[in-house]
Amino acid sequence: MECLWKLENVSKKYDVKKGDEVLALNSVSFEILKGETFGVIGESGSGKTTLGKVMIGLIEPTEGKIYFRDTSLTDLRGKKLLNLRKEFQIVFQDPYRSLNPKMRVKDTVMEGIRDNTGMKEKREKVKELLGMVGIEPARMYDYPHQFSGGERQRIAIARALSTSPSFIVCDEPTSNLDLSVQAKILNLFLELKERLNLTYLFISHNIKVVDFIADRVAVMYKGRIVEYGEKVDIIKNPLHPYTSVLILSAFLRKADINEKEKSAGKGCAFYPLCIYAKTLCSEHIPQLKEIDKGHFVACFKRT
Amino acid sequence: MRVFIRRLKDKNRLSFVSLWILVFLYCLALLADFIVPYPYDLQHREYALCPPVLPHIFHNGRISRPFVYGIEIVNPAFKEYRQDTGKIYPLKFFVKGSERKILGIIKTDRYLFGTGNGKVFLFGTDNHGRDVFSRVLYGARISLSIGVIGVAISFILGLFIGGISGYFGGKVDAFLMRLVEIIMMFPFFYLMLALRAIFPANLSSVQVYLLIVVILSLIGWASLARIIRGMVLSIKEEEYVMAARALGLSSFRIITRHILPNTFSYTITALTLSIPDYILGESALSLLGLGIQEPYPSWGNMLSVAVGNLRVLTGAPWMLIPGFFIFLTVITFNFLGDGLRDVMDPKNW
Ligand SMILES: Nc1ncnc2c1ncn2[C@@H]1O[C@H](COP(=O)(O)OP(=O)(O)OP(=O)(O)O)[C@@H](O)[C@H]1O
Ligand SMILES: [Mg+2]
Repeated sequence: MECLWKLENVSKKYDVKKGDEVLALNSVSFEILKGETFGVIGESGSGKTTLGKVMIGLIEPTEGKIYFRDTSLTDLRGKKLLNLRKEFQIVFQDPYRSLNPKMRVKDTVMEGIRDNTGMKEKREKVKELLGMVGIEPARMYDYPHQFSGGERQRIAIARALSTSPSFIVCDEPTSNLDLSVQAKILNLFLELKERLNLTYLFISHNIKVVDFIADRVAVMYKGRIVEYGEKVDIIKNPLHPYTSVLILSAFLRKADINEKEKSAGKGCAFYPLCIYAKTLCSEHIPQLKEIDKGHFVACFKRT
Repeated sequence: MRVFIRRLKDKNRLSFVSLWILVFLYCLALLADFIVPYPYDLQHREYALCPPVLPHIFHNGRISRPFVYGIEIVNPAFKEYRQDTGKIYPLKFFVKGSERKILGIIKTDRYLFGTGNGKVFLFGTDNHGRDVFSRVLYGARISLSIGVIGVAISFILGLFIGGISGYFGGKVDAFLMRLVEIIMMFPFFYLMLALRAIFPANLSSVQVYLLIVVILSLIGWASLARIIRGMVLSIKEEEYVMAARALGLSSFRIITRHILPNTFSYTITALTLSIPDYILGESALSLLGLGIQEPYPSWGNMLSVAVGNLRVLTGAPWMLIPGFFIFLTVITFNFLGDGLRDVMDPKNW
């Protein structure tokens, strides 16, 4: 598959107060293939947003090279950079802060549409975009505060689509939404990706979201990528201890209490919480077995 | 605009009423040439410091057409007057008189009202026997326009400089903010005096007027620019500004469309609230004899004559009427500013 992005040793230093520095990105290198959804997980402050912003040129990296379709973004200036920028967009976390409160939805969505289109065509395009994200085009004259969080996020998506981008950074776009709305927005992302041949960098601290949407996943910790690869590999077979901790905690804590009780009698007691669970585990109770000398475990994975 | 006024009416009654009072005052100022019975500099020497002569509609217990009584001087030394109920001059509307030009454009030889040979001094006369009512209306032109023009200039300067300073930051910001601090370091009043003192005393009224406007707005923009800069600094980190940058919009467009409009609910209010400063500033200069020069009236210089004269204060309180108009204007602008704050925010619609 074609390689869309290539990052080489990208670092970003923030100066906080006098002399103090924060290394938000520390020598990050990876590639994103065309058409894939590249998930990024990591705890708060690990540099996920910084990574997204550096890629689409909202922040200048302190060091390193960024290539988009073999063009080096770090060497590009002026008009060319502005034009290339339309190729990539961003959808932010908080839909209550990402829409200009003083602007009608119509104007918000219209701004990104190419300048040489006529006013009438622009309006048609706005209607089309709003329709695409599931907002009633008739509501284009309303202001952001008249919409719910989910609807606002849809508008933010429509704005991102207005430049006809090929790549979108989704910076935790569902983490501020209700659970029921989250699923709908995630499905919208999937649907749009199919329809418009998009590539995503999907940032989240929720591994389940990444599990649902991503093809490949990178795990960030304190500005570094500590592990990345196919989603299935990362989740089923994490190699870095931090990834294991992240995955285990995510899946353990969120386990369903009812299910736990239901299967208490049958199968492995830990089955509902276990990320390595197979059908076998739900039907048979594993027996303690000696793996090493004097070291016993009751798990089918080990026996 | 109509929607805007309706919102003001629904949200804030007081400011809605204030708006209409201001509209009324501005109309009076604009149409002064047509409304006033006497030119502002006409001296009725034999009627100096005459108390208000108001129209009556009852004569000997019977309703009649509006009229004024004649006035008779009782004691020339102490300026005591009395109404002569024997003489009756009917108050006529759209009376003919010598030709005037409304705002220097439309010629008219008819005025709103007059009494022929009688005298009608709605607000009395000043120490030169000039009709205070006529002078208040002409004076309104100065006092009401000085605030608006001054605010407009400092608004543009403040938005422009504050916007640039906040958005681009760095050296530009450092330089502009030092400039602002230097201006703000001087006490408003003394800076005003100092600036005025640089210029010769014998300027024409128009020159003095322009000078005052420029002085006041050169002082006024600084604090506004500083506040705008602060707001821009925080707004530019907002995600909708980031999103606008991601769309590839120009800095100019981002500043004018995304950042500055989000300072408006504050700026418009602050500006409305600062209009009174200009009116009072002009009055202060006039009180010191550095403002608009006699015989041309401004509320400030009319008040300065009144305040500078003890006998006036005790014996002719009507000469303080310009002060009432200053008060009325200042307070209505304040109420209007309050209302605008509510109306400017789409969340309140
Ligand atoms: N403008 C800035 N100035 C100084 N430090 C910053 C700035 N933006 C981010 N940082 C710091 O850089 C680090 C990474 O921040 P970043 O926002 O990229 O984290 P994140 O992974 O997106 O976190 P979250 O999950 O909370 O969004 C943090 O330590 C943060 O404090
Ligand atoms: Mg973030």
